[in-house]
Amino acid sequence: MKIQVNGAWREVSAARLAAALEDLGYGESVVTTAVNGEFVAVQAREQILLRDGDSVEVLAPMQGG
Amino acid sequence: MLEIYETPLNSRLLLGSARYPSPAVLAAAVRAARAEVVTVSLRRESGAERAGQGFWSLVRELGVRVLPNTAGCHSVKEAVTTAHMAREVFATAWIKLEVIGEDDTLQPDVFGLTEAARILTAEGFQVFPYTTEDLVVAERLLEAGCRVLMPWGAPIGSGRGLNNLFGLRALRAHFPGVPLIIDAGLGLPSHAAQALELGFDAVLINTAVAQARDPVQMAAAFAQAVEAGAAARAAGPIEARDLAVPSTPVIGTAFRG
Repeated sequence: MKIQVNGAWREVSAARLAAALEDLGYGESVVTTAVNGEFVAVQAREQILLRDGDSVEVLAPMQGG
Repeated sequence: MLEIYETPLNSRLLLGSARYPSPAVLAAAVRAARAEVVTVSLRRESGAERAGQGFWSLVRELGVRVLPNTAGCHSVKEAVTTAHMAREVFATAWIKLEVIGEDDTLQPDVFGLTEAARILTAEGFQVFPYTTEDLVVAERLLEAGCRVLMPWGAPIGSGRGLNNLFGLRALRAHFPGVPLIIDAGLGLPSHAAQALELGFDAVLINTAVAQARDPVQMAAAFAQAVEAGAAARAAGPIEARDLAVPSTPVIGTAFRG
């Protein structure tokens, strides 16, 4: 299925968010996620089923003022 | 000692972590500023590059308290979601709430800000709202549950200092018990000293340090200025006058009478 990851279309085979993040290379990274604009806590990633066209945000700590 | 959300702070200089020439310079600047609170943000992470991981390790090594922001958010929904994400990744209830209303000045959307502050406070966040010097907005933010306010000195990154002295003085006088931190727009250590002299509790500096030719030296200069301003405030400055008052006693002046 095709989903948007941080604004770019990506093909993923994993159905659940946790597995999709693994496939996308995030592995053990400290990241926080939202699906279709809604925050998804780390404990919920196993349960979240992705659907074609979903928009996933994957954010990490960054410099800020 | 300054206390914000039951957290005592020795340093009245909060430092932003953006726009430094290198992570090493950022780390040295934080130490030179003797900052206890450093602002951080969240940005999109690439699975291939994982740029955020190194930054996060660096910040953790600094041993400072982090204040995550919602920079770049233009709506209540974006700001609230970003706050949720920040709380998870940074493991803190503190959030520097920014809801930007206008791109040229990065002026806060004070209507969205108040709404987001209410939502987040109800969810247990400890909100640091980036606001203007407007008294009515300040009142609304306090009603929403904020126990600190962060009025701008001038537009973010502009280096102009305290743009509206009259408004800022009024804000300070109107809310004597509320911690007020000048956030944004300061360019020089003298601006920071002036803020503390006026009775503001602290300042948050980013661009003025990060973009200085020598950020570490500038961080130290800001630390000294903040210390001087706070000491001057505690010492009770004199009122400015329009006419001269001789400082040398006039009684016994030679050649008179």
